Amino acid sequence: MVPLSWYLILAAAIFCVGLFGVLARRNAVAIIMGIELMLNAVNLNLLAFWRYQNPADVAGQVFVIIVFAVAAAEAAVGLALIISIYRRRSTVIAEDVDLLKW
Amino acid sequence: MSDPFGGIDNFLKDLLIGFGLDSTFVAVILKLAAAAVLGGLAGATAIVLIWVERKLVARIQDRLGPNRVGPYGLLQTIADALKLLTKEVLIPAGADRLVFQMAPLLVVASVIGVWAVMPLAPGLIGSDVNVGLLYILSVGSIGTLGIMMAGLSSNNKYALLGAFRTVAQMVSFMVPLILSLLIPTLLAGSMGMADIVNSQAGLWFIFLAPLAALIFFVSSIAEVGRTPFDLMEADSEIVAGFHIEYSGMAFGMFFVGEFVHAFTISALMAVIFLGGWRGPGAEAFPLLGLVYFLIKTSIMYFVVIWVRATFPRIRIDQMNAFNWKFVTPLALVVLMVTAIVDKLAIESGWPRFLVHVIANLLMVVGTLVILRTQAAALRRRLDVVPEAPVTQPETA
Amino acid sequence: MTPEQLLFLATGAFTLIASIMVVTSPRLVHGGLWLIAALAGTAVLFVLLENGFLAVVQVAIYIDAIAILIIIVVMLTRAVMKETDPQINRTWLLASLAALLLFGGLLAIIALLGPASRPALVQPEGGLDVLGKALVDVDGFILPFEIASVLLVAALIGAIVVARTPMRGEGGDWR
Repeated sequence: MVPLSWYLILAAAIFCVGLFGVLARRNAVAIIMGIELMLNAVNLNLLAFWRYQNPADVAGQVFVIIVFAVAAAEAAVGLALIISIYRRRSTVIAEDVDLLKW
Repeated sequence: MSDPFGGIDNFLKDLLIGFGLDSTFVAVILKLAAAAVLGGLAGATAIVLIWVERKLVARIQDRLGPNRVGPYGLLQTIADALKLLTKEVLIPAGADRLVFQMAPLLVVASVIGVWAVMPLAPGLIGSDVNVGLLYILSVGSIGTLGIMMAGLSSNNKYALLGAFRTVAQMVSFMVPLILSLLIPTLLAGSMGMADIVNSQAGLWFIFLAPLAALIFFVSSIAEVGRTPFDLMEADSEIVAGFHIEYSGMAFGMFFVGEFVHAFTISALMAVIFLGGWRGPGAEAFPLLGLVYFLIKTSIMYFVVIWVRATFPRIRIDQMNAFNWKFVTPLALVVLMVTAIVDKLAIESGWPRFLVHVIANLLMVVGTLVILRTQAAALRRRLDVVPEAPVTQPETA
Repeated sequence: MTPEQLLFLATGAFTLIASIMVVTSPRLVHGGLWLIAALAGTAVLFVLLENGFLAVVQVAIYIDAIAILIIIVVMLTRAVMKETDPQINRTWLLASLAALLLFGGLLAIIALLGPASRPALVQPEGGLDVLGKALVDVDGFILPFEIASVLLVAALIGAIVVARTPMRGEGGDWR
């Protein structure tokens, strides 16, 4: 019998690791990898609550499916943007894309 | 004789419990042993498959094929395997060691993993998940990952180019594959493989949805990378593609993986569209069901080899155009029409078979008409310059 | 320590270690492969939560599509950043502080939860049928479903337009 809190702690840990990846990495693709980790942790959290609170309700599973769709869409657009920036500026380092900074 | 597999299972269970082991432990051990046997057999069929392919392709090309080593060249594959085992596995300088060595394992693992949900005989299925088709798609795509890793880690431009082309092809053809697999799901009402075989009791799906079967067949040949879609290897173009740097048994794994993959898609075609183990007397004698399954798979494998020996290779731009401009829209249209027609047939009580056959015929005729008008328009565009004589005749 | 708890601990540890390797790997390609390991670990956790369908969907969407896309983009943009360049920002200290604070806050909230019991999994008859019908039910979740499909179409078109090779005479170098 795995207590619910174990799943939640694991999901929180993965979320924080992803957060560190987003905030601390220079390469834009590495930032996207961190975002995927965070979305993964969110899915784990949702499914754990679904299982332990009310497994008869489909709302939990539907929420997870929508999060899958959103993660896929966001990864596609983010990576397309990175490729476009790479083509024009020849860089993938997030700090170097700073034309709008004053 | 009525349930040999259950009989073997019970015998082994009693044997192991008799040794004094816990019963859940025994169940786990038996499952692991069954997985090992199934995986090993699936990999070992490559020995027969390679010989069959070489002989058949040779005969279609009007030559003899291997006939020196053993009677009718039967031991040729074993000789090849021994040769590959004794070769050194070279890891190129600058290559990523761990990734380089892991890539062939992923490719072979993804192929053997599909056999876990294959219904071989009534009551003989590795694991009856109710999302069998989705599982097959996801496990099959792990092979794409393995190929990407092989191309990436080789530190070689040609390998990288081959890997990109391969991944582009495999990912592109996954779309019509998924769309065409939704049609048996629709007709059977479930994604589980055992349910699909059970619902073909009346009529095989190939008669209910021939277009879907054709699209599935073409897309899975493209997924495996056989001719005419073998620009992944393209032995005459980019010097063997993504597995240039592999030698010895690592190359052997890719080789075996490709042949077992071709056999696996023949088996999938047999299960999903040809009725799997269904046949006269299969429920009474499960072994007969296994025989029917093997016969149907061999027929489909023969067609795959036949296609390989007949068609030339297509270029990557032709492949892209074929996929995105023809196969995918066709698959979408077939899916929509089949869904609507199926619902109509059930609601109004018309015979299902007739309605589906008429719908498929209409779609085939429609496709041919569209192709003809497009070809005529293309020809008209190319013939704009009128035929004029090169020199004027003397008019003096 | 029941076998289920052991399995959870092993898978959880594997996923956590893989996630840490993703964000600290000096070579991006290795980071991508560790990401795949983390996603596979999460799929196993979904199976432990007795939802095999979503586990297979996780493998099919994340590993077979998103992770391959990430690795392809890493390959295409590999030339500009050598592996010897620093991979971590100069603000990494603040970032790790923020992550640790967030983790502490979440732990505090989780500790407020009472002991949770695990209800028996009530499999609705029809299994996946109920989920499918709920997604297209007018009283159910059809609106989020349709909005998600519109979002995917928009993302598809947007990604193609953004990543297109610039045509001749269009766009310039405004460096």
